[in-house]
Parts: sequence; structure tokens; C-alpha cells
Amino acid sequence: MAALGRAVGVYAEVMVAVPRSGLPALVAGIPRAARLHIVTGKGGAGKTTTAAALAIALARGGQRVLIVEVEGRQALARLFDVPELPYADRHLAAAPGGGEVVGLSIDPEEAFIDYLELFYNMKRSARIMQRMGAVDFVTTLAPGLRDVLLTGKVKERVTLNEQGRSAYDCVVLDAPPTGRIRQFLDATREVANLARFGPINRQSQGVVELLHSERTVVHLVTLLEEMPVQETVDAAHELTEGGFGLGAIVVNRARPHYVRPGQLADGRLSRAVLRRGLKLAGVDVDLTDELAQQMIEYEARQDVQRANADRLDAVAVPRIELPELAPPVGVGELSELSDYFVIDE
Amino acid sequence: MTAPRRRLAALDVDRLIGDPATRIIVTCGSGGVGKTTTAAALALRAAESGRRTVVLTIDPARRLAQSMGLTELDNTPREVEGVADGRLFAMMLDMKRTFDEVVAAHSTPERADQIFANPFYQALSSSFAGTQEYMAMEKLSQLAEPPPGNPEWDLIVVDTPPSRSALDFLDAPQRLGRFLDGRFIRLLAAPAKAGGKAYVKVLSASFGLMSKAVTKILGGELLHDVSAFVASLEAMFGGFRERAEHTYRLLKTPGTAFIVVASPEPDALREASYFVERLVGEQMPLAGLVVNRLHRPAGGDRLSARRAEAAADKLGDRASSDAVDLAEAALRVHAEIAEAGENDARMVRGFAAAHPDVALIAVPALPTDVHDLTGLRLIGELLAAS
Repeated sequence: MAALGRAVGVYAEVMVAVPRSGLPALVAGIPRAARLHIVTGKGGAGKTTTAAALAIALARGGQRVLIVEVEGRQALARLFDVPELPYADRHLAAAPGGGEVVGLSIDPEEAFIDYLELFYNMKRSARIMQRMGAVDFVTTLAPGLRDVLLTGKVKERVTLNEQGRSAYDCVVLDAPPTGRIRQFLDATREVANLARFGPINRQSQGVVELLHSERTVVHLVTLLEEMPVQETVDAAHELTEGGFGLGAIVVNRARPHYVRPGQLADGRLSRAVLRRGLKLAGVDVDLTDELAQQMIEYEARQDVQRANADRLDAVAVPRIELPELAPPVGVGELSELSDYFVIDE
Repeated sequence: MTAPRRRLAALDVDRLIGDPATRIIVTCGSGGVGKTTTAAALALRAAESGRRTVVLTIDPARRLAQSMGLTELDNTPREVEGVADGRLFAMMLDMKRTFDEVVAAHSTPERADQIFANPFYQALSSSFAGTQEYMAMEKLSQLAEPPPGNPEWDLIVVDTPPSRSALDFLDAPQRLGRFLDGRFIRLLAAPAKAGGKAYVKVLSASFGLMSKAVTKILGGELLHDVSAFVASLEAMFGGFRERAEHTYRLLKTPGTAFIVVASPEPDALREASYFVERLVGEQMPLAGLVVNRLHRPAGGDRLSARRAEAAADKLGDRASSDAVDLAEAALRVHAEIAEAGENDARMVRGFAAAHPDVALIAVPALPTDVHDLTGLRLIGELLAAS
């Protein structure tokens, strides 16, 4: 628990309410200074929801935030209940205090054609190449090039200027899952090695610099289950080793804590006492045994949850805990979740 | 509303895994739904019913290894210890090694060495999008039709790669085939050969542009590596494509059963829907859908979440005592689980209404994570009991 103590010490002054799960509150700390927030996590852990809630939190108070998806799933459109996102920035939602969340779904083929146009003024030949299957080759099949195009486009958005100032205060990237994140973020470096000369090589330097700079943080989304936690701890080590800055660990869908220590008497809780209480509540006392068993099993799961939370202590970064919300999650729920993020000024 | 209550079609797992005609089971679905655990549990149950079973997983996070209590899996099936009355083998796909094997099998040793040394091949074989899926198919095909002298498997259970979309598993091999057959790759291959071919000249105007663009973007070095790689691969194109098509046909035979896995969440069930529709559309043998981690409140539907919450609130207003506090906690826990259970049921009903012919299995959530054979055995029982 030493790591926990340290983290609490560092972040104590920005802590918010104790989370419902009753786990130690490590709530704090999304750095405002970061321009690019990369959100990754195990598949099914709630990566996109977290990224969207974070975008709203960052936009609060008048900021303009771009949220980017790169896997062509149109998950943002569904989440914000807007028509499918084209390959262009689109308004998604307003945030309290005059802020705005804008969405972009990056299509690698279009990003490639963009590149050709942007750097070489070659849009026409790009279309010919597209018909020849060359674009398909470059974006789908060439090693890592797809990821290079995606991260390249993200970088372009982060550094985009309009009327002499940044178009976006920050960019949130709904990134590929933890299993692929290191490969995704390092694709540019890999290609710089493959394409040893040429413009791609030069271009990639800028992307590598941004991703490895203090302007970029990677947030890890996890559930308090064994394998997601393992992947999170592994990814945190890998990313740190790879020279990426970690942001926060976001614990999703932690189950709330209802049972007090000692209340279950090590599983031998008194059915008679429970029965008395249920009678007072006007609940069918025939359910006593089943409710007792359910409470014991719930606590067993809470113990697992606590043990997994302890394992996350190996990663000394701020921790944010989000409650489970009944599906479907929409803008209202996202806004509710965004309250859980504390932005360090 | 008193809509007639439709009986959900049930999936009979024991009949499926016990049937000697079932040779391959493929579990598919989006990430994080318990696909690997389901595959391992089915394989263990089949093995313990006396079938010589192998389970193939593709996940780089080595989740299966963890859930089977193994520390290391490699590209050869390893026997799992602790299996009662039967033999179970497990393996994890080593993508690079499988690719190397394919190359070696389809070319001369000199040519294979040339390919292995090419930097483009090195990148391709370890990080190429779709390679994982292709190699999973390749490995499946090797297991289904073992080379002479190797033992046959009664049952092969395949866990599909964790992908953005469950459909990638079906599409990737064909995409690779299309790519290798594509005009562009042929053009790339051409300059590395002496003279080139007639059609290259016909297309030389476009190709000049493309080659210029590719050279500009990637640098000439990379283009050269790609050309050399493609040229040396060209002899194997037929082999690759044929094998991909062969495995695809294998998956369509009645000896194969697809099991789609989901959790009771909108995204997972949406992916499951796509997959189910695709399998039906392609006349692939769909066995059914497994919905994992359903919440089962105590007493079934005898105490709703809303009533439990109201009763807990009532107790909250009373003076604290052991009985009041304990019952309040029990009711809050119940409200939590019952609400989740109601959401789950709504999700599953929605799926069943949209796909009335798909057999379903609902597996309740376990109080703890599954990470050993005992846990897998329990999942197997739950799968069979539903």
C-alpha cells in the first residue's frame, strides 16, 4: 500500500467525493496542460464512453475539445445520438460554461489522400491510386502504415491553427485497445525505420515527438476484474518503458459498497437478525436465505474488486472511478460521468 | 401489455460437443465478452467427456494461458494437466512462426531465406493488419488436417482474435487473398523482374504516377523492399490464396459450429447481431449465442429492484439496529443486482426478438473470476445447464 500512500499524498488536495464503492479515493488529476489525451483499455472496459465523458469534462468552462475515433466503428455517433460522422469535424455536444465537444471519425483511406494533397498536391493521382487498389494496400495491408496515417492525422488536428490560435484546446483520442496500444503509438517510429528516407520519415519525426512529449498523456480504462487489471498494469509498464506519459487510470463500473465490515460475520451472518429486519421492511421473509446468500456472494465479488484495486497500486498514477450506469448511455449519462473527472489546473 | 411469451430456443451444448460429427467449434464475438473463457470451458468439457480436444487461442494477452493456469503457450499444442478422464491440449498462436512455416512450406529454402531477410516481410509477419486472422485460419487448417504421422483431433475449439469487429475473422483471409491477387501488387512486383510484362507498359502512365507517389511518401528504399518481397512471394500467391479459400470452405462444412459470444451490453449484442446475420447469410453453421455474465437476483423476479430500493429506504428512516442495518444492506445489494438483471433481460429479449431462430444460452455471472480448471468446469456446467 506504499504506492497508495504516496499517490494520496500527492493528490490529496484535489480529491473529490469518496467513490460509492468505498475503495480508497485516489480520485484526481487529469492534467490541464496536456493537449492530447489518449484513452485506451481492454476491449469491453468502456473505453469510448470514458473518452467521451473526459471530452465533456475537458470542454467544461468554455474549452473547445475534439474527440477522435480511429476504428471506424461510429461509436461516437451512437453515443452522442448524432448521424454517422463523416471524415470531417462535427459538433457533438455543448458542455456547461460555453464549452464544445467536436467529433471526428478518421478514415485511413481519406487520411492518406489528405496526406497526398497536403504534402504533394497530388489529389488526382491519389484517386487513380485508390482505383488501382494502392490506397487499400497502403492503408490496410502495409505494416503499421494505417496506424501512421491515423496518428499523423491526430497530430495534425492537435497542432491545427485557426486565426492565429489553436483550433482545439485539446484532443481526446479513443485509441485502440491496450493489447495493441504500444504498437499503435510506436507505428510511426517503426515506419521511420522502414522508410529510411523521404517525406514520411521527416513527417514521422513530428508525430513521434508529440506522442512522447509532455503534451501527450495516455489514460488507461479498466474494470476491477483480474484480466483487465493485468492488462492495465502490463500496458502501464510497457508505455512507461516506451517513453509515453501516463495520465490516469479510470476504473469503470466499480460496484458500490453496501455491506459494512463485520456485518457478514465471516459468512455466518445471522439469518434470524436479517429476517427480523426484512419483516420491518415489509419484505417477504421467505427470501431471507436467498438474500443472505446473495449478500455473501456480492461481498466475495467486492473482495475480488478490492484485491484488483490493490494490484492497480503498482501503477502510481491518479485513479478515477466511474459508476455503472444502466444502458443505454447517452449524452445525459456522459455528462453525469464527466463530473467524476477532476482537471488539474 | 400481454404479449405472448415466446420460449427462447435453447442451445444444447452437451449434444453439440458430444456429437462425433462436430469437429470444429469457433467462438467469436467482440472483445471482453468472455470468448476465451467460453472456448476453454467448452474444450475442457468436451475433453472430460472423452473427446481428444485441442483449444487454439490467438490472444497476445495470453488470457487463455492465465485461465488455464498455464504460464506459457507456444505454437504447438501442450497437454493441459489436471484434466479428469480425458485429454485436453492448448496452444496459443505464434503469428510470426506460423507465417514463417507457411513461407517455408511454399518456397525453396533459398527463396525462403531471401523472404525472411527482407525487412518488409519482418514487419508484415508481425504487425500486418489481418495477418493474425489469416494465420489463425492457417493454423486451424493445419490442426484439422494434420500432416501424415501426426495424431488427429476429435475436436478443435478455436478462439478468434480480439478484433474491433467480429467479422474481421471471416473477412481478413479473403482480403489478404484479394491483396495478393491485386493489380497494384503485381505492378509492384514487376519492376523487380527483368523486362517487365506487357500489361505493365499499358498501365505505365498510371504506374509512373503511383510509383512516384509511393516513392515520395515512403521513400525509394521501402518501395524497393516491397518490390523484392512481392517478387519473391509471387510464386507463393496461388498457395496462399488456395489455402485461404480451402479453410474458408472447411468452416462451411457441417462438422463446424460457430458459437457467438456476447455480454448483455448494447455494443456486444450489436456485434453479435452483425455476426449472426453474416453467418446465416453465408450459410455458415451457426450453433447459437452464448450470453455471459447475466445477473441473477435472489428469488428470481419475486422482489423487483424498485421494491427492494423502496424497502431499503424505509429501513433507512428507522433507528439503526443490527437487524435494520443488515436488512437494509441486503436490500440495497438486491436492488443493485435486480436492476442489473432487469437490464440484462431486456437486452437479451431484444436480441431474441430480432433473431427468433438463434439458439441462446444465458450464463450467470460468477462471484469470482475464472482462472483455473475448477472455474472452467463450473462454466462448462452452466453452459450445459442453461
